[in-house]
Amino acid sequence: MSTPDSESRPRLAPGCRLNERSQPQRVLLMPERALRLNGPSLEIVERCDGNHTVRQIITELQKIYSKAEPQKVEQDILGYLARLKEQRALDFE
Amino acid sequence: MSSTTPNPLALVAELTHRCPLHCVYCSNPLELTKRENELPTAAWVRVLREAAELGVLQVDFTGGEPLARPDLTELVRAARGAGLYASLITSGLPLDEKRLDELIAAGLDHFQLSFQGAREESAAEFSGTSTHAQKLRVARWVKQRRVGLTFNFVIHRQNLDELEDMVLLAEKIGAGRVEFAHVQYYGWAFENRKRLLPTREQLNRSLEIIKKADERLRGRIRVEYVVPDYYAKYPKACMGGWGRKVLLVKPDGNVLPCHAANVLPGMTFENVQAKPLREIWQESDSFQRYRGEEWMPELCRNCERRTQDFGGCRCQAFLLAHDAGATDPVCSLSPQRAIVDKILSDVNAGVDVARVPPAQAEWLYRANAK
Repeated sequence: MSTPDSESRPRLAPGCRLNERSQPQRVLLMPERALRLNGPSLEIVERCDGNHTVRQIITELQKIYSKAEPQKVEQDILGYLARLKEQRALDFE
Repeated sequence: MSSTTPNPLALVAELTHRCPLHCVYCSNPLELTKRENELPTAAWVRVLREAAELGVLQVDFTGGEPLARPDLTELVRAARGAGLYASLITSGLPLDEKRLDELIAAGLDHFQLSFQGAREESAAEFSGTSTHAQKLRVARWVKQRRVGLTFNFVIHRQNLDELEDMVLLAEKIGAGRVEFAHVQYYGWAFENRKRLLPTREQLNRSLEIIKKADERLRGRIRVEYVVPDYYAKYPKACMGGWGRKVLLVKPDGNVLPCHAANVLPGMTFENVQAKPLREIWQESDSFQRYRGEEWMPELCRNCERRTQDFGGCRCQAFLLAHDAGATDPVCSLSPQRAIVDKILSDVNAGVDVARVPPAQAEWLYRANAK
């Protein structure tokens, strides 16, 4: 599993999107499957818009989860992004 | 019961049984619904809304060929309006770029294109039509636009030798996902089973090729695989469990727990024209019949795998053992596993596995829906 480049901009791949904001459980919808998103995972996926760099996502999440160890937040985010890439849910631009 | 009934997650909307192809393994019933008995647009729009209210996240528009419905764009728009993820499961015809743009503008999320082979000749033989070139055109159109693209290859004894070319084709076009689905033996495929079931050697080779492709393409193309379960040790969790995750609405509005449930004797189905979808899902006899564990034979009820495969497939139990309430005969623990072993030993017993030339093959081609 390769770690994404911190200056690349992740974007949801074609065929992958978040469900509507008004729905009670937020999910990442993809071909033939759906991934439940809660707290941090939702914060990350909402920023995979092709505008935020990986670095920016990490900085913003470190602010939101300021009680957590910054190093741990960074590792979790990189791991999560790599997993989403493996599932073909993300492109890196 | 309703308080403990799970929510369905996916709706399979079988819009029509009309199709330009005549595939020898079509999953449609042998008795096809006529055009004049298809649900009208307004009824489908209501079904989509009711499904979303019931908790469904995704709808698969399928058939037959869903593009045969002139109101498909309207139905995609209605699905998105209801908050659903909209997939089109299609052969890619009849379609031009203008209609594709309309579907995408209406909110189509995902385009799943079926292939019957990697080459024109074999695709033509198994589909009974000459459509491979059009599929390649459609794949390129879709790839130029921002929509999910899956290639679905239906694989079987007669086209497994093309597997590597299939992988290359998906790679060349750049599909986001490729599905290799071994034929499942229901409907037309059950009729043609003798010519479709692969040998064990072929199966093992195909697994190796797919594993290598998955490793090589990881991160670029998602590779998925459906095994022919006659060769499995345990049955598949058919539909994720009866009445547990998925519901199907047939072209005439009948609601079924799985594609093939209409073969089961003594089973009656409710229709969306007569009852709300929620009531059908939660209370109808057909959905309750094999939901949960009460229906299970003792073997399954005491088995720790019952929460993984839910006793297997009811239609397969009926087709092979003539008892829809039996343990799926593909299960190695089933007292009726001998039925499956006999089928496999016939296929593997020194039978010439070379491809039968088309002129000699005696296929039963799927008929046209009137």
